[in-house]
Amino acid sequence: MSITAPTPPAAGHAWTISRSDRTTRAASAGLVVLGLLLFAVPFGFRTNVVQQLTSLFILLILAVMWNALAGYGGMVSVGQQAFIGFGAYTTIFLTQHGVTTYLAVALAPVASGVLAVALAPLVLRLRGGQFAVGTWVVAEALALLVALDKGLGGGTGASLRGLSGIEPDLRRAFTYWLTLAFMLSLLVAVVVLLRHRTGIALQAIRDDEDAAASLGVRTAPLKFGLYVLAGIGCGAAGALTLANSLFIQPQSIFGVQWTAYMLFMVLVGGLGTFEGPVIGAVLYFALQNQFAEQGAWYLIGLGAIAVAFALFLPRGLWSLASDRLNLRLLPVGYNLLHRTGRSAGSSAQAPDGGTSSRGESTS
Amino acid sequence: MTLLEVENLAARHGLLQAVRGVSFTVDQGEILAIVGANGAGKSTLLRTIAGAHPAAQGGVRFDGTDLAGVPAHKRVGLGIALVPEGRKLFGELTVEENLAVAGRRSRPGPWDLKAVLDAFPMLEPLRGHRASSLSGGQQQATSIARALMTNPRLLLIDEVSLGLAPVAVDAVYESVRTLKDAGATLLIVEQDLGRALSVADRVLCFLEGRIALSAPTGEVTREQVTAAYFGLDRPSVPEQT
Amino acid sequence: MTWINAVVQGLFLGGLYALFACGLSLIFGVMRIINLAHGDLAVAGAFLIWTINSQFGLNPFVALLPALPIMLVVGYVLHRTVLARSLRGGALIPLLTTFGLSIVIQNALLQGYSPDVRSLGAAAGDWTTGSWRLTDQLSVPYIGVCTLAVACLVLGGLQLLLRRTAFGREMRATAQDADTAALVGIPAASIYARATAIAVGTATLAGAFLAVHSTFDASSGPTQLIFAFEAVIIGGIGSLWGTLAGGVVLGVAQTVGAAIDPQYSILAGHLVFLIVLAGPRGRSLITRSAPA
Repeated sequence: MSITAPTPPAAGHAWTISRSDRTTRAASAGLVVLGLLLFAVPFGFRTNVVQQLTSLFILLILAVMWNALAGYGGMVSVGQQAFIGFGAYTTIFLTQHGVTTYLAVALAPVASGVLAVALAPLVLRLRGGQFAVGTWVVAEALALLVALDKGLGGGTGASLRGLSGIEPDLRRAFTYWLTLAFMLSLLVAVVVLLRHRTGIALQAIRDDEDAAASLGVRTAPLKFGLYVLAGIGCGAAGALTLANSLFIQPQSIFGVQWTAYMLFMVLVGGLGTFEGPVIGAVLYFALQNQFAEQGAWYLIGLGAIAVAFALFLPRGLWSLASDRLNLRLLPVGYNLLHRTGRSAGSSAQAPDGGTSSRGESTS
Repeated sequence: MTLLEVENLAARHGLLQAVRGVSFTVDQGEILAIVGANGAGKSTLLRTIAGAHPAAQGGVRFDGTDLAGVPAHKRVGLGIALVPEGRKLFGELTVEENLAVAGRRSRPGPWDLKAVLDAFPMLEPLRGHRASSLSGGQQQATSIARALMTNPRLLLIDEVSLGLAPVAVDAVYESVRTLKDAGATLLIVEQDLGRALSVADRVLCFLEGRIALSAPTGEVTREQVTAAYFGLDRPSVPEQT
Repeated sequence: MTWINAVVQGLFLGGLYALFACGLSLIFGVMRIINLAHGDLAVAGAFLIWTINSQFGLNPFVALLPALPIMLVVGYVLHRTVLARSLRGGALIPLLTTFGLSIVIQNALLQGYSPDVRSLGAAAGDWTTGSWRLTDQLSVPYIGVCTLAVACLVLGGLQLLLRRTAFGREMRATAQDADTAALVGIPAASIYARATAIAVGTATLAGAFLAVHSTFDASSGPTQLIFAFEAVIIGGIGSLWGTLAGGVVLGVAQTVGAAIDPQYSILAGHLVFLIVLAGPRGRSLITRSAPA
């Protein structure tokens, strides 16, 4: 789909706006094939690999969800662990009440979505830093409430039951497939959201909410939608974490360290880009496996790297690749193309010189 | 003596070129009026001179000093003050606080709280009022008085009479004449051609980011300026937004 | 009587929370950012005082004399090196930056001081545990009165600074419109840096009282940040005395909650915050077009 720009930005030049090109088409097709191949992994690899990939996909879900909130909605949440914990504990609760385990894991994200719908009117009253701390308070309150409930194991934690009858390798494969299915559907949900008209509106909100509102962008429903989507996604990540590790404690599943990981993955990969969080998740996964034993030093390093990226490369590693090569793997933005073939797309600076990633030509 | 030299200056808002390679000078003690349609780049030019907007190319020299890289607050120290479009008073502060906050780091000079209140007697009874409670004319007077508190050598006034009642415009122009008599150098942006021609020594007419006309007010007719204002003396260029 | 006692204890606890909150409130008021590392900076201040106390044997309140200027400088340098740059990046970057800082500070303290829980109560002297016994069940602790008095002094001092001094005027002008402030010669970066220094200074004071009042460890910061934030929202953004009221409401909620059952203490505070957020004060937040 190409539209000839009605008013050329400069006299004598011709420009077109396009959202897909050969790269994005090839990459999109490649990703579909890759997704299908990933389903076959449990047949060809050891369970160790399957379990590791499950952890990676959970991280990826978290990164993509946090990016949807912060990168597209301008909402920096320090409290997504509320949904991670809620998803995990809903799974425990449902299995305690006779729901089969994998059905419970699949239902928990729905419950998290309902929680997000209930919380949205409250926390979406807050903006910026207030939203950040407000969501954090909600997560802390939820953690305290769960710890009060003896039925859910109180402060000592709870185990996922109902899986003893399943052979471990098969169990891991099931968890893997479920995780992959959730990851792919959430990725598709984000792509659909961004390809839809709302995607542009969301980026306008991220860049300047007041300006977007003054231009008639109805910001409230969009932010609500993103918040609920992120609630569902993080709830899924929590339920899957439980299915992967079989045991959880309120302090850790509701811990703010989840936000630290999400923030790291998204900032390093590329805030507000589609591809960035994926890169960030893979990178973080590798770092975690390498350095997690270093304890405090590891976390100091993570924090320092996050600060450095926020200050010096706020659009993350992906921006380096996309700026230099003008590369996009998914047709989720717009490119301003010079008719002669040279693209002026992703490298153009946003008017405010800010963190805008793409879609500059929408004005 | 030349006080301000603007050399091939350009400034943009994002992808939009607001000022496109403009050169002119302002002499000490001169009043230069800039006229032009909305969006012609006048305000951006003033903001760029004051350091509130980055220059995309070219430069500004003030009393021989190159202002490249000098931030806005340091330009105030050199003697450039801007009365911004929309007055931009500190609404939560009182009139007196608005004046005092500008006077704290001012250059030495004749303007202090007493002097500006003498020059703008209308402000005396309003000293303790919040700036947000003032009328348009009172706000404009406060904004000019606030700029004077920095003891500027060059005063830039954006949209002198925009949105003011005729009586208020008279009062503001009365004070501009007073400043002129005191030897001040002014660069004013004005939509009202008649007013601009009556007070200024020289007039610049802006059209689409460029100077369409530059002439001493005594040597130019209102018709000539109007023609330049609308770009009537050359083939029309499609409007760009 | 238990209830009256709980309310009285909550009042004093509120003084502590107000002390934590005023720095957070100041930075938010002047720069429109929430410093997510505020609590960790307070705890870092407490550790600094702990170090001075253990190295030189100084009473923690005497140790404040060298600690405060050090933390003022830390705040100033922090702004000049990190926050100033993050402010140029838009609304999100300061949040991401200060959250990253919070992780760094917490884990650096953990690495340097071990995860041990400490208190400076004993080091501060016997008087900190003493109290006026009004009746058999109602007593007024000296340290509580002292905390509340210091909180009032700090809030009153900040109020005077903002309203009556030239620097305060510049802070208010910059807070309202930094671009225009530059046009009248105010160097915003320098105003911001000094405001951050003051905020970190008050945080250090709060950290000192936390350390004497109860206990602290390397990971105490986030909890204090949350309490400070709750106090600011409950009390109403932009009002320093409102912050004191908010701190007191939060403190009373926690002590009354604890009187019912100790595990309800913090939860009760969170619930009061959420109720306030759900009420008209929360609605007033959303109707404001710009964050204020």
